[in-house]
Amino acid sequence: MLKAHQEAEVDIVDRLPTPFGLVRSGVAPDHPETKVVVNQFSRVAQHQRCSFFGNVTLGSSISLAELRELYDVVVLAYGAESDRVLGIPGEDLLGIQSAREFVWWYNGHPDCRCLNPDLKSTDTAVILGQGNVALDVARILLRPPTELATTDISSHALAALEESNIRKVYLVGRRGPVQAACTTKELREVLGIRDLYVHLQKDLVKTPIDEEELKNNRIQRRVYELLTKAATSGPSHPSSGQRELHFVFFRKPDRFFESHERSGYVSGVRLEKTALQGVEPGKQIAIGTNQYEDLGCGSVLKSIGYKSLPVDGLPFDHKKGIVPNIKGRVISDAQKDPPVLEKGLYVCGWLKRGPTGIIGTNHYCAEETVASISEDVERGLVASSASLPKPGREGLLQVLDDRNVRVLPFSAWEKIDSEERRLGSLRNKPREKLVTWEDIMKVAD
Amino acid sequence: MFILFALPGSMQQLKQSETKVSKGAIFQKYHHFSSAATKDSSEEGSEEKQTISVTFVDKDGEEKHIKDVEYYNKLEDPTDEENDMLDLAFGLTETSRLGCQVIATPELDGVRLAIPAHTRNFAVDGYVPKPH
Repeated sequence: MLKAHQEAEVDIVDRLPTPFGLVRSGVAPDHPETKVVVNQFSRVAQHQRCSFFGNVTLGSSISLAELRELYDVVVLAYGAESDRVLGIPGEDLLGIQSAREFVWWYNGHPDCRCLNPDLKSTDTAVILGQGNVALDVARILLRPPTELATTDISSHALAALEESNIRKVYLVGRRGPVQAACTTKELREVLGIRDLYVHLQKDLVKTPIDEEELKNNRIQRRVYELLTKAATSGPSHPSSGQRELHFVFFRKPDRFFESHERSGYVSGVRLEKTALQGVEPGKQIAIGTNQYEDLGCGSVLKSIGYKSLPVDGLPFDHKKGIVPNIKGRVISDAQKDPPVLEKGLYVCGWLKRGPTGIIGTNHYCAEETVASISEDVERGLVASSASLPKPGREGLLQVLDDRNVRVLPFSAWEKIDSEERRLGSLRNKPREKLVTWEDIMKVAD
Repeated sequence: MFILFALPGSMQQLKQSETKVSKGAIFQKYHHFSSAATKDSSEEGSEEKQTISVTFVDKDGEEKHIKDVEYYNKLEDPTDEENDMLDLAFGLTETSRLGCQVIATPELDGVRLAIPAHTRNFAVDGYVPKPH
């Protein structure tokens, strides 16, 4: 936006005092090279015409309607902070969490500081899903904690992992290895964990429709090759004391079992064997076959996808979990032809496309949304020179001040950043994250 | 080794007097992502100076489909690590390679390289990748 419009002022509003979203709270601690992008983001936030408003929550600090009155253009890029649910019996038992919560926990997100996943009373964790987030979770559970001790992992998570009794991790997918959602680099990494026994079922069947899917998809092809190679190579049993990773395909969770010893806690999951059915070219879904098997475990992590949250005054497609839009322009009425668009309201990122893709995918997504904004500005559909200029930044600061909302600018983050790095240097870590709201606010002052 | 840059879209020509690839003016003007530094050191100090001509064609260039199999085959096969990264590249073709893995040799004289219209790469100014 700053590059495309030399007169524009851009304000970034975040409910957290710490910026960068999933780069800080999603990217795994042992993937520091992925986080280098914060240098670029910092330069944008420090730009003369840009202001960061941390600790300001859409909905409670300020409403969407108010923002649209204050600014010519509002772009919602708040991602997907909720989870898809399975909707099966026992899903509310203790010991069952979403991967998102678990990742936020080890990455020090203040909302999940007190998650307290139980890694001690069980030796088996079942992860539902086989995407990159599922692999991240498996890897953090299985890596020797000494290797994690020099990363920016939160210290409460490191302590829990050092005491962890988890020795077996299952990665369960509804469909087959051809449909596995992870990418090659991440799969290769998890297969290469030191002193880890990896097991895959030998009967990995490939159907003619699978062949078609593989033909046109390079990533899937290479993932499939890696998985079949792992299935047929390597030792056939773990050696004593070795941690284990099991890939399970063609199984979907049917229900969770409650423990007899510990009321309210999960003790296992019933899995139903599936078969694939083509629904459209290149797409097969998993159908249950009424054959079941049970898997005992004390920890379940659901990694079946994120979900965006709707907001007052924002059109929302509950089925797809996104805001209906055309190239980033929010649609208010899709029934009409041409669809009616909301003036000055746009979306970008996961809220626009759904919760898939890597950091870089958003680069192209942002360019598309900005192009839509630029076109609309040019056509006079956004700010009109005839109408009074909007209050913008000054207006927002005034409203927030009236409400006693404590805005934390980018300079507050810089203090937090500096303190985290200082604390980290005392423990041979790149940073020691501040994980409670109290600690963060104290330093930000 | 000298590398001559010729950009069909811009009519500019630049002569480099060192073995390092310059990331300067051209890349900033056309918002290209720049590959990491090329191999040096083995050629530094050498008396022999060779020139090869390399043509970069960006999205504003006239040619749209550059798939030069002959030059592609002169390169060593990509490693697993490179292939993993190519999996995620924007506008991938059968003759795509990561820029940092295309090492300048006399054999590549006359090669024409198409640069994709978009990038998913976030190489940040000042970030120095480990030599690889």
